Amino acid sequence: MGDNTLVLGQRLSEWCGHGPAPEEDIALANIALDLIGQTRLWLDLAGNREGLGRDSDMLAYHRNPWDFKNLLLVEQPNRDFGVTMMRQFLFDTWHLETLRILSHHTDKDVRGIAQKSSKEVTYHRARSTNIVIALGDGTEKSQLRMQSALNRLYPYVGEMFMTDKDDLIDMAALRPRFDAHLSATLNKATLTKPESEFYHKGGKTGTQHSEHLSHILATMQSLPRSYPEAKW
Amino acid sequence: MVEGRPSTSVVWKWLADVPDPEIPAISLLDLGVIRDIQWRADTLEVTVTPTYSGCPATSLINFQIEAALSARGIQKLTLKRQIAPPWTTDWMSDAGCKKLEAYGIAPPRSTGSPKQCPRCKSNSLEEISEFGSTPCKAQWRCKDCLEPFDYFKCI
Ligand SMILES: [Zn+2]
Repeated sequence: MGDNTLVLGQRLSEWCGHGPAPEEDIALANIALDLIGQTRLWLDLAGNREGLGRDSDMLAYHRNPWDFKNLLLVEQPNRDFGVTMMRQFLFDTWHLETLRILSHHTDKDVRGIAQKSSKEVTYHRARSTNIVIALGDGTEKSQLRMQSALNRLYPYVGEMFMTDKDDLIDMAALRPRFDAHLSATLNKATLTKPESEFYHKGGKTGTQHSEHLSHILATMQSLPRSYPEAKW
Repeated sequence: MVEGRPSTSVVWKWLADVPDPEIPAISLLDLGVIRDIQWRADTLEVTVTPTYSGCPATSLINFQIEAALSARGIQKLTLKRQIAPPWTTDWMSDAGCKKLEAYGIAPPRSTGSPKQCPRCKSNSLEEISEFGSTPCKAQWRCKDCLEPFDYFKCI
């Protein structure tokens, strides 16, 4: 969970100062901020449970790409605003369903972070859903771009519902609610779900990240790795 | 300097004078982020809950609590971060909501939208963006006086 929010938060922050409108710029920066805040909670907990004295900064800045367990979807480049918002919509939809279930987890720390995060993510999903609808059901050009964004990113959806030994919950069980929100939204957005259910995998297990992860980590980690004693 | 150890109710009163760093019109108590104040032996423990996980004001809030209490003579202080139960706008005081509106920010409402324009009180409003100048606010506009304004989102 922490690696997903970290990598996506970092990705979204690349938009800061480049948004298509001031409101969108501010919104993306705020969402990135929420995600980075959630990262701190998740990775501090992970470090605490690991018991080796690593905190969230240590885990964020001093691990190599193959140690990251984020979904392939979140490391995909921003490309245009349409791709960014489609990626956000797919992630938010999955994220909210995951947090809803984790909000009832038996571990009270996990439950606490999930309950806190789901309040924020409710707003994220409402916004990305509205934008996908507005741009999909927009002009001919915006519709085309949103459809091509969906075609590009849909092959990263399947991985979100794979369950492995690190998962606290059965991820496949979240698929029906995800699919329901997806089809309702695509329907309103006049977009068509690609026919092929093929999907890439290897992000959440860390075995086969795309080349994009190394680049984003290089940007994010270069300062603390070059100057390990650097302080704010 | 404080003579002896102040009671926790006195400390609550002191914190009612500490403004929120982002919205100085309201205090930290109005915002509802101070959850508990306890003495643990000779150390004062203040439990603070963040509004949003990534809110940059969180560290500033902690700093202001430290500064305010140290000015009152508290020497041993620990700040405890508590995220569960999560902060909710229901914890904002009624006085705080009134101060927010007077300051030009529409207070949170469970309906998810502001009641009226904080300037001209018109009910004819439209949303500009779900996110405003900070994660806790959305941007709205009044269709009568045409002024944009911040709305404190209900979470
Ligand atoms: Zn007005």
